[in-house]
Amino acid sequence: MSDLEQFRAETRAWLAENCPEEMRDGDITAENQCWGGRQWEFQSDAQKRWFEAALAMGYTVPTWPEEYGGAGLSADEAKILTEERDRINARKPLSNFGISMLGPALLAFGTHEQKLMHLGAIARGEIRWCQGYSEPGAGSDLASLKTKCEDKGDHWLINGQKIWTSNADISDWIFCLVRTDFDAPKHKGITFILMDMASEGISVKPIILISGHSPFCETFFDDVKVPKAYGDDNLSVVGEVNRGWDVAKNLLVHERGMLGTMSPLRGATGPENLGGYAAGEIGVDATGRLDDPSLRQKIAQAEIDDWAYNLTVERMNDEANAGNGLGAKSSMLKYAASELTKKGSQLRMDIGGTGAATIGPDGIEYGSLANTWLYNRAYSILGGTTEVQLNIISKRVLELPSA
Amino acid sequence: MSLILTEEQEMLQDAANGFLTENAPVAAFREVRDSKNPDGFCRDLWKEMADMGWAGIIVDEEFGGSEFGYVGAGVLAEQMGRNLTASPFFSTSVLGATAVQRYGTAKQKEQHLGSICDGSTLFALAVDEGPRHRPEHVEFAATPHGNGYKLSGAKTFVADGHVADKLIIAARTSGEANDPSGITLFLVDADAEEIDRAHTPMIDSRNAANIKVDGLEVTGDDILGEVDKGYEALEGILSAGRAVLGAEMSGSSQQAFAITTDYLKEREQFGQKIGSFQGLQHRAAHLATEIEMTKSAVLKSLQLLDDDFESASATCSMAKAKSGMTAQLSTQEAIQMHGGIGVTDEYDVGLYFKRVHVAQQMFGDAGFHADRLAKRSGY
Repeated sequence: MSDLEQFRAETRAWLAENCPEEMRDGDITAENQCWGGRQWEFQSDAQKRWFEAALAMGYTVPTWPEEYGGAGLSADEAKILTEERDRINARKPLSNFGISMLGPALLAFGTHEQKLMHLGAIARGEIRWCQGYSEPGAGSDLASLKTKCEDKGDHWLINGQKIWTSNADISDWIFCLVRTDFDAPKHKGITFILMDMASEGISVKPIILISGHSPFCETFFDDVKVPKAYGDDNLSVVGEVNRGWDVAKNLLVHERGMLGTMSPLRGATGPENLGGYAAGEIGVDATGRLDDPSLRQKIAQAEIDDWAYNLTVERMNDEANAGNGLGAKSSMLKYAASELTKKGSQLRMDIGGTGAATIGPDGIEYGSLANTWLYNRAYSILGGTTEVQLNIISKRVLELPSA
Repeated sequence: MSLILTEEQEMLQDAANGFLTENAPVAAFREVRDSKNPDGFCRDLWKEMADMGWAGIIVDEEFGGSEFGYVGAGVLAEQMGRNLTASPFFSTSVLGATAVQRYGTAKQKEQHLGSICDGSTLFALAVDEGPRHRPEHVEFAATPHGNGYKLSGAKTFVADGHVADKLIIAARTSGEANDPSGITLFLVDADAEEIDRAHTPMIDSRNAANIKVDGLEVTGDDILGEVDKGYEALEGILSAGRAVLGAEMSGSSQQAFAITTDYLKEREQFGQKIGSFQGLQHRAAHLATEIEMTKSAVLKSLQLLDDDFESASATCSMAKAKSGMTAQLSTQEAIQMHGGIGVTDEYDVGLYFKRVHVAQQMFGDAGFHADRLAKRSGY
């Protein structure tokens, strides 16, 4: 038996023993996933047991080095772990922005001390991170951000406002892009800084969306002091001062990769096959065909697109593991996934007819079809709009000329 | 299994790319077309392909093949799609070889596979009986006669039909016209007296023929697979064909797009490169995304044919649908983004547009396969 076959056998046995039955529904949503953080309370005993078992193995962050809380798995081993987890339909034991976004950026740009300070806490689910990028005046043109960061000797002084900070109200720390040089060209005066959300001067206000609910917040910074050093080391700034854009770009690739790995049609519409749902709601004619030929054609086309998309995620992962990194092609995944997500929700609403457009006495019910449909309109806006992704593909993948 | 090519398959890809761009580029296809070559392909070129092991690409080594499987066939087809290479590869080496290797008796394999591999015998699959692909609609009659059958009926758009040495004919041995059961496949000599073949010139300048058969006597030895159960074999042969056509269309999409992006980087209007216009950039970026999705779909279907042939039908269907949609978009956009020269005969993009249209229609277009998927999934 090869080492990898051995690893697969061991992993399969470990999962069989340690992943509780209740955690094998595969249905990770924002509502039922394990986020971690200071305010975190497990939703069930099974969720807690699954998290603790994974943590003991380093499987909350399987590919991170062991000294930073991971299991140090190779790409091949990590793929096997994912395959085996998917085989029994197991949930991820822990998922949050620390794992998917900040962690990879720290691994690439952080100092050893920063990694020691933050990565372990992420791996152990102790700290929940949020992302402070967008500002009211800096959306698609992110690099025009104006949140001011001044050097005050032993600390940085932050003033300004961020918007669309997901879950800022329940997060512990924030990674933030701030302007340290107002005279330099816009990409050259930005710094990537880490702050404790409990710092004095930070306030948060949730934003209500058309869906009636939202994880998004506005985050305000009024004379927030960020200590430069914890002990002797400057742990607040990741990478170099004024070079935060490099870190942000790297991290956006991870964000797009993450947004690009959700199975869009199912993610948008629930575990049930869209066609099966339609057949149940609308009925079929004497030949067994959905009693709405136009919808039937659209659903089948969307399912083919979704299938090809999922295979493309698989192929690009395999290519990356073989040494051909994804690079700007992650924008293709982000673009395709967000458009498919919207399409799936729209089709589901169309299947539901006016019945799906009703709301409860207290407004749009959380988790309802309408709620998901409305929220999903944001997918092609957040993390770089569809139009920004198409610009990136044009310039960086196709190398088309600039105007 | 990883969804990427192995080292061996990559080498085959490089070799095919090198050989075809050198020996069978679009200019060679034009020459065949403009010289009104009655075969519709160059026999010397086909001989060279066979000598390189391409004609027997899916055939097992014991029968003289190179045993590269369907991924290997797809790798070749993709490069042929890039170069618009016309050859008997599809009908003989994919359809014919699949039919004989998977459904033939030991004797039939012994008899035919060797001459498929050395390129000396050409095959064609006669399935459709009207302008649109409906494989279960078979009226072509096989009526019991003596110890065997007598074949009578007509088939349309038989690709490579007028050059083929052997025909594989789907005929009805029982049941009604639209019944999948009751179909039997016969493997017959194409030059029999009772067979009348009319060359039907096609818009893509490839070969096809309408075939009429009037009372051809055949025996049990001429049956390929099982009596009345030919539809299952047909489904397998068509699946292989769909996946490989998908690979060809994927290659055509990629090449038409590459020609187009080159043009976007060169052509100037209003004092700037037209590739700097966002209106064109976004369409190009969308198309580039669809092309990536198509590559994955096609490779998956080819891998599945090699891995678990019997279960590959739905996947091949979806790959055909996806690649057809993308190829249509890619070649439509190629013409539009080229402007006036895009609609000239002198310029290549129109040739891609025409070939892709025929490949789309062959063995079911995207709508046909979407319908199949829906039916299979219960809606």
